[in-house]
This record gives sequence, structure tokens and C-alpha cells, in this order.
Amino acid sequence: MSETNVIELKNVTKRFGDVVANDNVNLTLRKGEILSILGENGSGKTTLMNMLSGIYFPDEGTIKVNGKEVLIQSPKDAFDLGIGMIHQHFKLINILTAAENIILGLHGSARLNMKEVEKKINELTSRYGFDLNPSQKIYSMSVSQKQTVEIVKVLYRGAEILILDEPTAVLTPQETDKLFDVLRSMRDNGKSIIIITHKLNEVLEISDRVSVLRKGKYIGTVNTCDATQESLTEMMVGEKVSLDIDRSKPENVERRIEVRGLNVRNNEGYHVLKDISFTANAGEILGIAGISGNGQKELLEAIGGLQHIESGEILYYTKHDGNVIEKLHKMEAGDIFDLGIRLSFVPEDRLGMGLVGSMDITDNMMIRSYKKSSGIFTDRKAPHQLASDVVDKLEVVTPSLETPVRRLSGGNVQKVLVGREIASAPRVLMVAYPVRGLDINSSYAIYNLLNEQKRAGACVMCVGEDLDVLLSLCDRILVLAGGRVSGIVNARESTKEELGLLMTGGKENA
Amino acid sequence: MSKQNKTSGRTVIHMEKRNSISRSKAWAIRLTAVLLSLIVCAIVIVAITKQNPLQVYAGIIQGAVGSKRRIWVTVRETVVLLVIAVGLVPAFRMRFWNIGAEGQILMGGAASAALMIYLGNTLPLPVALLLIIVVSAIAGMLWGIIPAFFKAYFNTNETLFTLMMNYVATQIINFLICIWENPKGSNTVGVINSKTKGGWFPRVFGSEYGLSVLIVLVVTILITLYMNYSKHGYELAVVGESTDTARYAGINVKNVIIRTMCLSGAVCGLAGALIVSGASHTISTSTAGGRGFTAIIVAWMSKFNPAAMLIVSLFLVFMQQGSIQIATQFGLNENASDIITGILLFFLIGCEFFVNYKLSVYREKEA
Repeated sequence: MSETNVIELKNVTKRFGDVVANDNVNLTLRKGEILSILGENGSGKTTLMNMLSGIYFPDEGTIKVNGKEVLIQSPKDAFDLGIGMIHQHFKLINILTAAENIILGLHGSARLNMKEVEKKINELTSRYGFDLNPSQKIYSMSVSQKQTVEIVKVLYRGAEILILDEPTAVLTPQETDKLFDVLRSMRDNGKSIIIITHKLNEVLEISDRVSVLRKGKYIGTVNTCDATQESLTEMMVGEKVSLDIDRSKPENVERRIEVRGLNVRNNEGYHVLKDISFTANAGEILGIAGISGNGQKELLEAIGGLQHIESGEILYYTKHDGNVIEKLHKMEAGDIFDLGIRLSFVPEDRLGMGLVGSMDITDNMMIRSYKKSSGIFTDRKAPHQLASDVVDKLEVVTPSLETPVRRLSGGNVQKVLVGREIASAPRVLMVAYPVRGLDINSSYAIYNLLNEQKRAGACVMCVGEDLDVLLSLCDRILVLAGGRVSGIVNARESTKEELGLLMTGGKENA
Repeated sequence: MSKQNKTSGRTVIHMEKRNSISRSKAWAIRLTAVLLSLIVCAIVIVAITKQNPLQVYAGIIQGAVGSKRRIWVTVRETVVLLVIAVGLVPAFRMRFWNIGAEGQILMGGAASAALMIYLGNTLPLPVALLLIIVVSAIAGMLWGIIPAFFKAYFNTNETLFTLMMNYVATQIINFLICIWENPKGSNTVGVINSKTKGGWFPRVFGSEYGLSVLIVLVVTILITLYMNYSKHGYELAVVGESTDTARYAGINVKNVIIRTMCLSGAVCGLAGALIVSGASHTISTSTAGGRGFTAIIVAWMSKFNPAAMLIVSLFLVFMQQGSIQIATQFGLNENASDIITGILLFFLIGCEFFVNYKLSVYREKEA
């Protein structure tokens, strides 16, 4: 058997300070297979793969590549061994073409023959069925095209073992299908592929075998044909979990936020929101879908008083009959707060906007409320109480309330932020990617919190990336494409495919 | 697969973050660093100056604390450096790179010199002193507001702006020296009110520098409270971390920038009064003497902790006073002490790496 194992990890351990990210992990990758590494956020999947690609160095354990024990100290070592990793965040230079990015950092002959390079790239793309124009500049590419460049880059360097970190997180359902076709064709050409993911349906669809990690520990490997969604979830979480979201019928629905003809330009002057009009109701969850970077961020920030609005109106209805209306488009975040409008916002960039990384949990709880106390000094008693409540209720893992939030894991940072925003009993609750970085149990806890807020009469707006979740969580879904509203659908009747089409530009392009 | 494995058979050294380190071990590392640095210093002294290093060390100690007067001078210089560093803290916490303390000190010093010259002999001393302290703080404040205003409204680069303001301040002092020069033609201001001592800090705690110590103590405590417990201090820390988060929290970022630089400039201006009214009783372009820059090192090395700032200030002043002594005693250049200070700092800061990390050796085995 040993000649078919291209990678063998034995008892690999990696620690970061007191945190054990990988604890005695064993793993094998066979030649010509697609292996899924499945695990919740924070289970150590990416850390493990980073040790294969030379970014981290294991504290203990051995790595064998093609039967030989190796030390992988740098990404260059990894390339020399034929290991190429496609990271979640692309590492491409925008103003260069695809071909220029692909050869970047390689030693070639003194004279650069771009025609030769492009010919070689075209050979690769046609062999595996990629769709790529080597002379196209990166900045004019879609996310899926950029990913293609990353994959071709490692193939060009002669990688025989490919590691893909959450490759489908940024793709539409249609693009995901295309990617999977390419992966299958690479496997059939003898490449060995590892794909890191936490999406069960994709694991079942693409992989030959699945290895499961839980809290840094290796749980086991099964053949995909013997696995089901339920069995894999149980391996991943360690207990039976019900994957149902308790979606209640909207009650006492009334108009709360109305956006009319909203236009926003960002700091660079790009027209990021074009003529947006919609209504968001109290007692309802409005999902906002779209490929990332299509105006979701700016839309929520505009409502929250954090974007300069070029034209259009954002109206806040205090009462259903429309007698009391506040014009949010004329206000900044501070004005909205001063008026006593309880508008909560969980922004996408948690440490860049919602929280202060160097401050502890208590100080972060104060961000919204420190002005309320009288006098020139801050009152830390109430925030301290709130901090300990949030930590208890949402099971935030932290050494203490005095730990800077930057030192917490992504999931715990998210819990602190969501906990604070929900604590004010909001009338409007806007959340961007509320479960990004959370494990399954915490994710469902957050979904339940959102539903609770909906039942309590809040107007909930939720930007999400997982279409399955949006379809089972929301009442209506608004789809943004290119800064425009390409459709508003009923979440109970729509499908992933319909959303996917709307995300890529609306029905007229279908 | 035929790819040749180039990495086999190597030995690699890899650094790893320590999980934890016992207090005694950490201090043992620091003590080793100090001893090593003294040995390296000794080698350097012998190599360059052919002097007995132990005598040079003794000379430094003599110069800093060798007599009662020298001790007081060291204390005076320490508190002045400390108060400037304290003044920089609010700006630095806001990530506003105020390297214009030098100019702010000069303007504060100019204000107190002006008051001493024009009102020092007519006003009762307590009134004059109060006026000197308030007006010099306002002068430093004005020098801080200008770059802050442009930063807030036009997003100019504050590093360059505050640096340039230093040169403007120096030229203003040159201009004032022309007006105030005494005796005529000397191109210096001379000791102001040397007979009447009008506007001079009086003796407190048995020393003419006692009042400076008292003022610095009060200012340090007030700023520490301001930074840690006031809403303003909270707001400026949020602004420093991320202006987006600040806007999200409803903080008026422009106001905070200007307000914080008012405070930072005012404390630096006050330092000018401590130097002019409290010590030199004159003004020149070297009144600030680079302390506005040295204080930056003090603030950052101490991670803005007031107790640590006191210790670092004392260390730097100690070495500086010692250097004056060895310069005369051994005929060395004053820079000799800078070399020693540099070597000490290199080891002290560098040893923190070994407190936080350890090195491990790995060897590759053939399969």
C-alpha cells in the first residue's frame, strides 16, 4: 500500500501558546483521490494543511511525502515536493495578467517569452477543462476566475498534490459545479487532491474519502460511499445535532425600514449601490444574498448611518400608520443613537468596525453605551455585568473578561459582537455573515437568536453566504448583483438555483 | 513520482513561541542580558578608548548621583523627560504620530520666557507662576492644534506636519532671541531676572526643583486617570484602533483628534515652562534639546505604562548625566556614553525575544 500513499502524517501536533491546534493527527492521502478534510471552524483543518504547505512548522510528529520523511520549512520546500495550496484568500496582484501572476516568482531563462508561457497555460487549461484567458488582468476577473488562476498557478509549478482551503465559500452554485468538474478531471489525470470544507453536501458530492477533525483531534476517515450527512455531522460535532432551523410564520408584520432609490459611491468613487429600493418589515427576517462585494456591506452601512449617501431616502417607521418617520439617510450613526432608535448592526469586519481588538470584552461592551452614563468618567459596572452575561449565555471561550478580544478565536469574537448587539433589544437588527467562523452548535444558536428577535418584533436583515441557510432561515431574500437589486424572492418557495442565477446578474442573463 | 527531494538530511533550527515561562527564568534571562551587555560595553570601551571600563562605569555613576546637587539635577531631568512622554501618550494612543513635541516645548518655553521678561518683576510670584504655567500650556496647545486641525479636516500626514512645525518653532525662537538678547550683541537671552528671580520656580521640599517634581507628579496622575477612566480616554483609544469602529460607535472622530492634540500639546508646552522657569531661566533654540524625540522612545519602550516611563526616563537621564562626567574626567567625547546606552538598550530589548520564544533543533531522518 505504501507506494500509493503520497502523503502520510503521523502524530502531528501544533500548538499556539496554550492552544493545541492539532493534537496527534494522523492522515494519509492516496494517489489519485479526492480527500475531504471535514471539521468545524476552529477544528484545525487549515493549520494542518498549512504545515503541509510550509507556512507552519509542526511541534511534533512526522510528515512523509512519497514514503520519505521530510521537513517542510517554507512554501518553497512544499513546491519542491510537488505540494501546492490554494488559500481561501487569494494571493494575486491585481494589475498583472493571469499569466504574469502564474509565473511570478519562478526562475526562468533570462529572456521572458510570454507566448511560450501562455501556450503552456493554455495546454493546462484545455487538459483539465478550465475556462481562463491568460492575458486577462486580475482586476477585471470574477472571484471564480481568480480562483482558477490560483489553481493553474500551482499546476504550472508542477504540483502533483493540491490542497484547496474552502474553495466553494465564495462561489455561486453554478460555479461550484464547474469547479467540481475540473477537480474530477484532475483526479482522473492522476493528481491527488485535498479539499478543506465544512459543507456536508459538497463532501458527499466530490470526495472519495473523508477525514474528520474535531477540536484539533483526528477522529477518523471513512469512505464517502459509506457516509451520510447525519453520520458525518455526528463525527464532526461529537453528538447528534438536529440541523433544523425553527422558522416561525411572521406575525404582526409592519413596515419598519423603507429604502427608496438609494445611490451610494464608496471612498474611491465607485458607484457601489445603484437605485436600491425595498422595504424591510418588523417581525420578519429579510435575507440579503449576493456574491461578496456586490454592495451588501455598503447597503447595511448606509442604513446604519456609516456611508455617505449620494441620493435616495432611507425611512424608519416608528409606527405602522406611518405618522412617525425618521429620515435615516440624513443621519450619522451617532445621531441615530442619540434619537433613541435601537438599531443594532453586526458588521462584516468585526475587528475593523464592530469591536476594538486591543480592548477587553468589558470595554467592547461599552462601545454602544458608554455615552449613557453621566459625568466625565466611564461606568464599567454595567458593561462588566453585560460582558459576563454574554460570556455565560453564548458560551464564549475566553481566559477572562479582561482578555483583549483580538486574542479570542474568530467564533468567540463573533459571539461577543452578536451578544452585545442583541442585548439592546433592537428594533432593527442588521447582521452581516453572522455565523462566519462559528461551529455548528453556535451557528444554530445564532439562528435561533435571530428568530427570537424576529418574534420579538424586530426587523431583521441578514447578509449571508450559505444559500441553504438563507433559504431555511429567512422569510424573504433580496439578491444584489452589481450594486442593483436583481430580485426579491419568497424564501419558502425559491431554490438555490434561482438565487444563483439572480446573483450573477438577474433573469435577463439566464 | 520522480521529484527529487532536496530537503532530506538537513538540520534546521526553528523558533517556537513559549507556552509560558516562570518569572524567575524570565528575570534570569534579563539579568544575563544586562551582564552580557556590560561585558560587550567593556570590550568596546577598551577597544576604542583604552580606558579601564570599570573606572568608566564608576565615572558614569559619579556623574549621575555623585553629589546631592547631581542627584537633584538627575531628578529634574528625569521628571522633565517623563512629563513630555506623558504628554505624548494620548496622541500615541490615538495613533497620531506627534513628533512635534520639540516644537511644542519650545513654544511653551517661549511663552514662559516672555512672561518672565515682561511681567516677572511686577506680578506677585504665585500669580506670575500660575500665569506662566497656564500660558505656556496654551502655547504648546496651539502648536498641537494646527497639525490636528489639518489632520482632521484634510487628512494631512501628521508625522511630516508636526516635524515641520518643529523647524518653525526653532525659527520663532531665533527671532525672539534677537528681541530679547541680553547683553546686546551676545545673541543669547542670558539668565532672565537673575537678580530679582521674578518668575523663577521657588524652593519646594528644600530644592529649587521640588516644584517641578510636584507638578510632574500631578500631571502624570491626571493623565493616567484621563487615559484609563474617562470617556475621553476611551474615545481616543477607540479612534486609535479604528476610525470605522469609532464612527460605528457614534464618536465624532474630528473632535477627538483635535481635543487629544490640545491635551498632548498643552502638556508638552508645560514641559517648556518647567525647563525655562524651573531650571535654565533662559531660552535658546536648544532649550528642548532633543527631549521631544527622546520622550518618544520613553513612551514606546514603556508601552505607555507610567511607572515604566519613570524607570526608562531615569535610565536614559542617568546615562546622559554620566556621559557629561566621563567626557570631562577621561577626555572622552560625550558620544561614548551614547554607545554604552545603545548597547544596553540593544540587549535589554533584544532579550525579550528569548523570553517569548525558544529555539529548537530538528534533524531529518531518512525513511
